[in-house]
Amino acid sequence: MSELIELAWIVAKIVALVVPLFVAVAYMTYAERKVISAMQLRRGPNRVGWHGLLQPIADALKLLMKEVVLPSNANRFLFVLAPMLAIMPALAAWAVLPLGEGIVIADINAGLLYVLAMTSMGVYGIILAGWASNSKYALLGAMRAGAQVVSYEIAMGFALVGVLMAAGSLNMSEIVHAQAGPIWNWFWLPLLPLFVVYWISGVAETNRLPFDVAEGESEIVAGFHVEYSGMAFAIFFLAEYANMILISGLAAVMFLGGWYSPFHGLPVLGPMFDWVPGIIWFCLKICLFLFLYIWFRATFPRYRYDQIMRLGWKVLIPVTVVWLIVVSGMVLTEFGPWF
Amino acid sequence: MIESYLPVLVFIVLAMGIGVVPLLAGFVLAPRRPDQDKLSPYECGFEAFEDSRMQFDVRYYLVAILFIIFDLEIAFLFPWAIVLDEIGLFGFGAMAVFIGILLIGFLYEWKKGALEWE
Repeated sequence: MSELIELAWIVAKIVALVVPLFVAVAYMTYAERKVISAMQLRRGPNRVGWHGLLQPIADALKLLMKEVVLPSNANRFLFVLAPMLAIMPALAAWAVLPLGEGIVIADINAGLLYVLAMTSMGVYGIILAGWASNSKYALLGAMRAGAQVVSYEIAMGFALVGVLMAAGSLNMSEIVHAQAGPIWNWFWLPLLPLFVVYWISGVAETNRLPFDVAEGESEIVAGFHVEYSGMAFAIFFLAEYANMILISGLAAVMFLGGWYSPFHGLPVLGPMFDWVPGIIWFCLKICLFLFLYIWFRATFPRYRYDQIMRLGWKVLIPVTVVWLIVVSGMVLTEFGPWF
Repeated sequence: MIESYLPVLVFIVLAMGIGVVPLLAGFVLAPRRPDQDKLSPYECGFEAFEDSRMQFDVRYYLVAILFIIFDLEIAFLFPWAIVLDEIGLFGFGAMAVFIGILLIGFLYEWKKGALEWE
């Protein structure tokens, strides 16, 4: 009986995390359209509901009512499985992300490794979707996306090794604890090159502009999900936005001090902001990164595919290797306030 | 410690369910009126003239191989990074030799042009 209660408690916690996450995903699409509109001096969605606030709900209902086309040449099982494989890791990785002091669903020791494993799973959904559609555009888009995601995962992995060296633990809460203190104690400062590399690879991992050749509308129609429609398409869409929020959350946990306020431990300013719960700071940091995503989309032209691969292999990987050596020197000499 | 992984397992199962439920709802609520043209592969309005499981560029294969090698390297770096302050200078030197050997391989593939996508 007590096991059943425990299980129910776990499920309740997961629901309490996933429901706000879905709301965030829905309103991320709204915020994206609004912010890009503002940057292009226009209004964005403003008809459905007050200031267009019901737009994401209208979009979801519309997609729900659209036919899910199963192309005649597709492998049906894999075609239906692919969107699930895309959304599963984007959500499941949240299990180990600490939202505040002690607010985490599974406080496991191999947290970062688990996150890396989950983000790697995402590529299966893409490759399967492209291959199962049995369409040339879809296959080409899947190949491109697969190679791109896999290449940037190396750079991301190296950047995470730097975080591990600085924190000395794979546990996500421990990584945040290692950054306790005001804003200059967080890892973004000593690991600045790795932070930049992580963020660029994060944008490339989620196939967002300026690295969205995988679904470049003007080149290969829509890439790996050309043949998807209705709810099957909507799940890919959800997965993409959930992944963006996940990458932002990881950036906040690993480089921006997770739930700590930027004035933590300062003499006067610190106590002034003590009443703000940690989870608010965490959400604010996520919003900062999500805004960066939108900003990139509104300002950068798309990279060419060869430029993307060159950036991934020939720029980001050498930068991380050099900085890993610098960081190991800093750890061995116990440099600065960080290590 | 193994029981702390139970929520992870539950989460993975639930996340899969979150994918299944909307798709089922879509199949139930949406119309289904398939016809031959709607189900044919989309190639910008033209008929598909060959099967799409065709030849593909060998460079994708090359990138996949390089990924396996470098991912393995990251797998070796993880434990080293965590205990770096305990193993000290000797541990650092050992890993420097390992990374050095790998960097020679990386330079070789760079010079060979395995990373070029003209």
